[in-house]
Amino acid sequence: MYVAVKGGERAIDNAHAWLAEERRGDTSIAELSIEQIREQLSLAVNRVMAEGSLYDPDLAALAIKQSRGDLIEAIFLIRAYRTTLPRFGSSEPVKTEDMACDRRISATFKDAPGGQVLGPTFDYTHRLLDFKLAAESDPQADAETAKPRREPIPHIMEFLNTEGLIQTEIACEDTPPDLTREPMELPSNRALRLQSLARGDEGFVLGMAYSTQRGYARNHAFVGELRIGAVPVEMEIPELGFAIEIGEMTLTECETVNQFQGSKTEPPQFTRGYGLVFGQSERKAISVALVDRALRWKELGESDSGAAAQDEEFVLSHCDNIQATGFLEHIKLPHYVDFQSELELVRKLRREAAETYPMQEAAE
Amino acid sequence: MQVQALEGAFANAPIENAVAFRAAMNALARPGQIEKISGAKPPAPLSVAAGSLILMLCDAETPVSLSGPFETAVIRDWIIFHTGAPIVTPDKAVFAIGTWQSLAPLSQFAIGTAQYPDRSATLIVECDELKPQGATLTGPGIKDAAQLSLPETQSFQDNAKLFPLGLDFFFTTGTQVAALPRTTKVDH
Amino acid sequence: MTDYNFAYLDEQTKRMIRRAILKGLAIPGYQVPFASREMPMPYGWGTGGVQVSAATLTPDDTLKVIDQGADDTTNAVSIRKFFEVTAGVATTENTTEASVIQTRHRIPEAELRDDQILVYQVPIPEPLRFLEPRETETRKMHALEEYGLMHVKLYEDISQHGAIATSYAYPVKVEGRYVMDPSPIPKFDNPKLEMSAIQLFGAGREQRIYALPPYTKVESLDFEDYPFEATKADHACDMCGAENSYLDEVIMDDQGSRMFVCSDTDFCAGRQQAGHLGALAAVNAEDAA
Repeated sequence: MYVAVKGGERAIDNAHAWLAEERRGDTSIAELSIEQIREQLSLAVNRVMAEGSLYDPDLAALAIKQSRGDLIEAIFLIRAYRTTLPRFGSSEPVKTEDMACDRRISATFKDAPGGQVLGPTFDYTHRLLDFKLAAESDPQADAETAKPRREPIPHIMEFLNTEGLIQTEIACEDTPPDLTREPMELPSNRALRLQSLARGDEGFVLGMAYSTQRGYARNHAFVGELRIGAVPVEMEIPELGFAIEIGEMTLTECETVNQFQGSKTEPPQFTRGYGLVFGQSERKAISVALVDRALRWKELGESDSGAAAQDEEFVLSHCDNIQATGFLEHIKLPHYVDFQSELELVRKLRREAAETYPMQEAAE
Repeated sequence: MQVQALEGAFANAPIENAVAFRAAMNALARPGQIEKISGAKPPAPLSVAAGSLILMLCDAETPVSLSGPFETAVIRDWIIFHTGAPIVTPDKAVFAIGTWQSLAPLSQFAIGTAQYPDRSATLIVECDELKPQGATLTGPGIKDAAQLSLPETQSFQDNAKLFPLGLDFFFTTGTQVAALPRTTKVDH
Repeated sequence: MTDYNFAYLDEQTKRMIRRAILKGLAIPGYQVPFASREMPMPYGWGTGGVQVSAATLTPDDTLKVIDQGADDTTNAVSIRKFFEVTAGVATTENTTEASVIQTRHRIPEAELRDDQILVYQVPIPEPLRFLEPRETETRKMHALEEYGLMHVKLYEDISQHGAIATSYAYPVKVEGRYVMDPSPIPKFDNPKLEMSAIQLFGAGREQRIYALPPYTKVESLDFEDYPFEATKADHACDMCGAENSYLDEVIMDDQGSRMFVCSDTDFCAGRQQAGHLGALAAVNAEDAA
């Protein structure tokens, strides 16, 4: 017998209740606190802040807890919350040369003013599961570190710039467009591209960047400098008439030195890629820099090799994981009306085909 | 800034905006149909209808131009204070307010581009009266034909020829609003 | 009520959407770009329709939400609940009682009146997208009224299959100018696109709004020798006996026996209440007893 599906509302409420239960897991195990997530899963928190486009470690930690550790779901929660926030104003551009660096490395020079600062990196850990962590442990002994340097550390790229060896980036005073307040218009510009990549899915941007390394629009990237640390954020208060510091945030900045260019009129010169991301997110910052560089082909007079990473419309239209996952997952929704229309059509076409070629069907 | 400029906003913006929008949408979707729109108390000579349209539609993203009797400091301050819309010259206007005479020539307003025909000005024409008689209107939104007291016909015929580019018009008087989008064909 | 603004969105956002709706009505079938917001529901699940409804609703409205023609599908329930909470509007499952109807994939069977508004959820607003994936190209094609590609596609269908192989989201031409995607409604619904109600289309992820004023001329693309045909399953509804409504096919058992029922649940229930019974209605009643 046929019964129309009713009671959708009750089903939804029950699903939500079950979800809450699953989120909590075994209640004999202590519940995770926001503070624990913020302090001990800080790189997940950083990713949620970066792709959620909202710098708030506590909210990001809450989102991770609520989403059962599904980071794309957590990013979605942050994005949806962010849209409802009023805008009080815009900050001044942050000055990354003023960064109090926890980490600062260059792959292009053995040493440079300010030095190589390894910082808290996985780079040279041997990826061996540390079973000591599985046991309840005593508080970790303090690592031996110097205080973060407060004095400005010059950007390594500037040393190349003074020699004229690398292209000079033209300073631009224009207010950058806001991807979350204006519809995307293509072709776009570099400011919008960098904004889009900074909040783009880490996996997608990584894959795009990797493809350039493997020869799809190869651009020979060296990490000129990678720096991670806190920068002051300043905002001009109209009533005061000058900018004051309203807080600080941790950022990861990557500048790449890329293949040189030259022409009959211009002597050879290195080119640049750039990535700036919230929190300690170095894989993401490097990826953004590589993809940024690949997308600059037109501006730098290179040819379009047809690679995906050179295709602004392709990259910008698909790098957002909230858009992507929403549309991907929507195919779970009922589509029986459109499917029914396809059913009817295929049946009709088969019927007509059978009438036209009856012999063939009989032979089958 | 005169006190007058600070008063006259919607008392309950979310609700009054919604109600005003429905009136404006009904008017534009059914050219010639006269709708009631109110809530704003703008400084004279701006009508309640025009003031309500401005509060409902304008903000910092929509430059507004004023002409004729509406080009006054009080009206300018009222619009800036309540909506944040910049007051600009006609060529940059997203919304323009005036009498039919003061808005001329229409060629000074943006009609959109082939790729973005929506980037065109909407004119709010203050009228002495609005009546369902006069010019005959046909086109999208109109079942057979409608009648509306338009200030003239030629300009609207010329505007319709630009389709899909062109200007869109709201006509206001008192608490009444009617509209004429670029798709409407106008005859005597 | 809630801590959120009336109908969830802030006033500035609604103003921006309202302006886009008005331009959409002024240029029927043209897709107006709008700064779609990140909604508290996923992209692809009706964020465009929800934003358009939020900008359209007044407290006096009665809202109906359908998905696949049905009021009780889970996503329709979820959206209806969203507006009950955020806008405090009355809701209904009765098509004639509704002043605003948000829909996914169907146009109700009952003819809509001029005091009603139909809001469509649109996944891919660009009718040319599957022929040309680039927005920069399709925008030019619309600007130049260059729709040859679409006709070539339909013609290729005919040469390969002997018929136009598009059964839903069937493209239409609006007022002889813009080719428009009517959203994934079955082509059975295409003739209803010319109606007395205002029709608004919202695509959130793709950031587009478009519209059809009442009585706008909407033609389904076809060829003289292969005219457009609004088709449905060749059955009557097994519950209410309707012969002119769009039908869902329901599989009944492991042997694959099936029945056909109206996709428009309100239409079907209304007919049954009025005493119309389909072939299997009696069997069903017995089973239920």
